Amino acid sequence: MNIAPSVPPKASDFRSQLKPVWCPGCGDYHVLLSVTKALAELGVEPENVAMISGIGCSSRIPAYLNTYGFHGVHGRALPLGTGLKVARPELTVLVAGGDGDGFSIGGNHFLHACRRNIDITYIVMDNQVYGMTKGQPSPTTAPDWDSALSPGGTGVRPFHPLVIALASGANFVARAFSGDIKGTTETLVEAVRHPGFSFVEVLSPCVTFRPEQREWKSAVHAAPVDPTTDPARAARRIMTDDGFNIGVLYRGTRDAYSLSRSESGDGVAQFEEAFAI
Amino acid sequence: MTVRNDEAAFGIANEAELLAHAHAIEQDAVERYRMLADQMETHNNMELAKLFAELAGHEEKHAAEILAQAGDIELPVLKSGDFKWSDGDSPEAADLDQAHYKMTPWHALQMALRAEQRAFAFFDHVARTALDARMRAWAEEFREEEAEHVELVERLLEKHPEPPEGWDEDDDAPVWQD
Amino acid sequence: MSSNQLSRTSVSIALTGSGGAGVMTAGGLLLEAAGKSQCYGLQTRSVGPQIRGGESAALLRLADFPVENHSDAFDILLALDWNNFSRFSGEIPLHDDAVVITDPAGGAVPDDIAETARNIIEVPVKQIADEVPGGRVNMVALGLLAGAAGLPQAHLADLIADKLGAKGAQAVEAGTACVQVGYDHSAILEGAFRLSPQVLDDSRQRWLLTGNEAAGLGAIRAGVRFAAAYPITPATEILEWLAPALAKSGGTLVQAEDELASINMIIGASYGGVPALTATSGPGLALMTESIGLATAAEVPIVVIDVMRGGPSTGMPTKSEQSDLNIAVYGLHGDAPHLVAAPISLTDCLFTTQWAVHLAEAMQAPAIVLSDQFLGQARMIVDRPADVAFMANRSRAEPRQTDFARYALTADGVSPMSVPGMTGGQYTADGLEHAITGTPSSRAQDHVAQLNKRQSKIEEFDYGNHWAEIDGEGDFVILTWGSTAAPVREAASRARAQGIHVKTIAVRLLAPLKIEALLRELDGARRVLVIEQNDTGQFYRYLRSQCDLPSDTRAIHHPGPLPVRPGEIHGEIMKEHRL
Repeated sequence: MNIAPSVPPKASDFRSQLKPVWCPGCGDYHVLLSVTKALAELGVEPENVAMISGIGCSSRIPAYLNTYGFHGVHGRALPLGTGLKVARPELTVLVAGGDGDGFSIGGNHFLHACRRNIDITYIVMDNQVYGMTKGQPSPTTAPDWDSALSPGGTGVRPFHPLVIALASGANFVARAFSGDIKGTTETLVEAVRHPGFSFVEVLSPCVTFRPEQREWKSAVHAAPVDPTTDPARAARRIMTDDGFNIGVLYRGTRDAYSLSRSESGDGVAQFEEAFAI
Repeated sequence: MTVRNDEAAFGIANEAELLAHAHAIEQDAVERYRMLADQMETHNNMELAKLFAELAGHEEKHAAEILAQAGDIELPVLKSGDFKWSDGDSPEAADLDQAHYKMTPWHALQMALRAEQRAFAFFDHVARTALDARMRAWAEEFREEEAEHVELVERLLEKHPEPPEGWDEDDDAPVWQD
Repeated sequence: MSSNQLSRTSVSIALTGSGGAGVMTAGGLLLEAAGKSQCYGLQTRSVGPQIRGGESAALLRLADFPVENHSDAFDILLALDWNNFSRFSGEIPLHDDAVVITDPAGGAVPDDIAETARNIIEVPVKQIADEVPGGRVNMVALGLLAGAAGLPQAHLADLIADKLGAKGAQAVEAGTACVQVGYDHSAILEGAFRLSPQVLDDSRQRWLLTGNEAAGLGAIRAGVRFAAAYPITPATEILEWLAPALAKSGGTLVQAEDELASINMIIGASYGGVPALTATSGPGLALMTESIGLATAAEVPIVVIDVMRGGPSTGMPTKSEQSDLNIAVYGLHGDAPHLVAAPISLTDCLFTTQWAVHLAEAMQAPAIVLSDQFLGQARMIVDRPADVAFMANRSRAEPRQTDFARYALTADGVSPMSVPGMTGGQYTADGLEHAITGTPSSRAQDHVAQLNKRQSKIEEFDYGNHWAEIDGEGDFVILTWGSTAAPVREAASRARAQGIHVKTIAVRLLAPLKIEALLRELDGARRVLVIEQNDTGQFYRYLRSQCDLPSDTRAIHHPGPLPVRPGEIHGEIMKEHRL
C-alpha cells in the first residue's frame, strides 16, 4: 500500500468532536462538509481560521469545526468578524448564519459589510424560514407562505440577498446549493481566495419546517451564463434571476478595506507633547 | 443536479488516478455513514445508529481492500476539486438529505442501495469508456464488486420491508431553541 | 472670591454671544493665555441647539491655584449680545458684586439681571471692533477679560500670532489691535479680579486638555490598539482623538454603522487578542447592553466609555448628568457581574481609563467607564498627571495543549485565554452557557460553576487602594462619585479652613463595590451625606442595596444641567455642623 508522503490537510481535520444537533436531512450537514473540504483545499491551518456566527440553526456551525470560533448574539456576526479581521488581518475569517440572522436583525450590518468590503467570506445558509424558533417567515420567505405568526402569509415581498449584496458593494457574489457539495466547495474556495467581501448564499433546505424544499434539488440549475466582473452586467442578470441559479454571479475588482498598519513617531510621548503648555 | 459528462472515463487519466478515486469513494462513504450514525445517535434512533455504524464498517473494509489491491502503485493525493465525479458528490456517499430522525432500516438500506448503484454506474462508465487497458481492468473489477454490494443490500432489504404510512409521526411539536 | 489662604484667588468669567461672534474661540484663547501666565483654570461651554450661529456661553474659572470645578457663581459676565440668553441664564448665577459688561448694540439687559445686578457697565464692544480694520468683537472681549484677570499682555500677543498666523498678517494685526484696545478697557474693573499666580518652576509640567482627550491617552497608554467608533455627543472627541493616535501606534479605528456594530467589533478584535475599546453616551450604551452581556458570558475583555449626558432617552445631549449609574451597573440581563469605574476628576479620566483596560484584560471581562459631559468636554489646565503602570496584560494559554479548556475552573476564576493563531487553543466562544471547554451546556452544575467563576474573578481581584480617593478625616463624611467629587473637595476644603473636620470619599470603583473597605471608612461616622447629580439618587440607592449605611445618612441629589456647586455642599456641611 502506498500513499504519497506529504499529505495535505483532510477535510475531516477541520471537524471537531462535537456531533451536530441539526435535524437529520438538514442541508447544513452538506454545508459543513463543503466548508471543511474548502478549508482543506485552501491548505490553511485550523488554528489560523475563525468561524464567526450569530444565532439560529446554521449559526451553530462554529462548534462543529476544529477552528477558532465565536457564536455571538443574533444578527451581529458580521461586526464580530469585521473587528477580528481588522485586528488580525492574517487570519482567515469566515462568517456564517442563516437568512433570519443575516437579513432581518443583521440586515444593517450586511449592507455595511458589503460596503466596507473587508476581506472576509460570508456564508448564509438560506432556508427561507426561522428554523430555531419553530418556523416563522424570514426575509427571504415567499409572501404567501402560511405560518402561525403570519397566517395566510406575510404578504410582503421577499428580500433578494444577491441584489442587495451587489448593490452594496460586495466584491464577490455567488449562490450555491447545499446538495451540490462539489460545486459549493469550489465556490467557497474561490470566495475565500477572492479579495474583499465575498458573499455566498447557500440554499440549504429545512426538512422540519419547509419539507417542500426537498424539491430544491430538482429546481436548482447551473447559471446559464459565466460570472462577470462588470457590476452593471451582474445587476441586469440578477434582476431576471429565478432564485435557483447556481454559480458565481460577480467577481469584482474593488479594493478591499485597507488592513495595513504602521507605527510612527515616538510612541505615547508624541501625544503628550500636544497637551503641554 | 447532474452535470452530464460524456468524457471518456470522466477524464480520469490513468490507473493510479482511478485507484485514488476508488479509495476516496469508499472513504467518503465511510465518512457519510459515520455522520449518519452520529445523527441517529444524537436523535435517539439507536437502531439506525447501529445500522449506519455497521455500514460504515463495511465501507472501511472496502477502502482497506482497495489499498491492498493497489499494492505498490503510488496513488496521487487529490484535492476536493480534482475529483471527477459526474455530479456534485462522491458516488457512493449516502444522500444526507434523505435522512429523517425517525427513519427505519428500510430507509437506510434504500439510501445504501442508491449509493451502491451510483458507485456501480461510475465504474461502469469508466469500464466502458476508458481508453487505457489497465484502467478498464480495474474499473471492471470494481464494477463487479459494486454489483455484489448492490446484491447484498437488496438481500438485506428483503428482511426489512417498507414501513407503513405514519412511520414519521411524532405527537410532540418541535421544540423552541434559541 | 478669595479664601483666607495667601494668593488663592479665582475669578469666574462668562462670555456670551450669538450669531457667530466667536465666543468659544475667545474663551479658549483666554484659558490658554492663563496657562501661559502660570495660572490654572477651566473652561466649559453652554450652547443653543443650532449647529452654527447659535447663542453660546464660554464659562471660565481662572485661578492662581489648581481648580477642577466651577465656582459658586460668576464674577464677570460679558455679554456681546443678549439673544436667547435665557437658554442658559440658569447656568450663570452671578455673585452679588459681580460685574455685568454689556454692549448697548447687543440689546437690552434682561430684566432679571437689570433688577438684581449692582454693577452694570456699558462697553461698546462692537463699535470698538468696527474701528479696527478687520476687527472682531471676540478679540476685543478677549483683551478685556485677559486684562481683568491681570494676565500679562505679552502672552496674549504670542497666542494671537500663533492662532491667527495661518490667516495672514492682516488678521494677526487686526486681532492684536482688538485685544490691545480691549485690554485697555479692562481698567474699568479697577483690578478687582486680578490673579497673582506664583512663579512655577520649569520642572513643573502642565497640560491643557479635555477629559475626553485624557481618556483617549489612557487607552493608548494601556495598550488599546483597536477602537470602533459610532459618533454621539459628548463622546465623539474620544474617538476623534483615538483615530490618528491609534494609527500612529500601529493600531486601527473602524467607523461602525451603529453602536450594535461598534460593540461587536471590539469584542471580535479582543477575541483576536487585541485590547479594544469604544466610547459612547447613554443612548449608545443602552443599545450595547446585549453584547456587553455576550462579552461577559464569553469572557472577552472590552472597555466601553460612557460619557454621560442628560437623560433619559435623547435627554439633553450637551448637558452633564450622572444618571447612567443604574444602566451601567444593572443593565445586563441575567446574572452578569462586570466592572464599572468612574473617574473622579478630569485628570482622573486618564488614570481610570488606563486602569479599566488593565482590569478588563486581567479579568477577561467588560469594563464600563462612567465619565460625563462636564469631565469629557471641559478644557482644563492641570499638573501633568503621573505616569501609571497599568497595562493590558491578559493571561494567555500556552500553545500546543491537548484538551484545552478555555473556561477551566481556576483558583482566582481567571482561565488562560487562547488567541486565534495559537496551535491547540481552538475553542468556540459562546454567549450560551457552557462547560469548561466552551461546549454549550444547560446543566445545573455547569451553569453554577461558570456563574461562580465569572463572579469570583471580579469579587476577589485585588483592586488595591484605587477603589476610592479619600481625603481628610473626621466623623462627618461626604460620599460621592464622578464629577461631583471636585466641588465636594472644594467645599470640604472650605470647611476645613473654618476648623470643621470633613472626610470625603470619592468612589472610583462602582462595580464591584468594595463594601468592606467602604464600611471601614464609614466606621464611626456621625453624619454621612451622599451627593450626586441625578434625579433619583442612583448612587445612594445603589449603596443602600449593597450594604447598611449609617443611620444618619442623607442623600442630596439633583439632576443636570446645573452642576453641583461647592457652595451648595458647603451650605449642607454648615447646616449639619450646627445641629
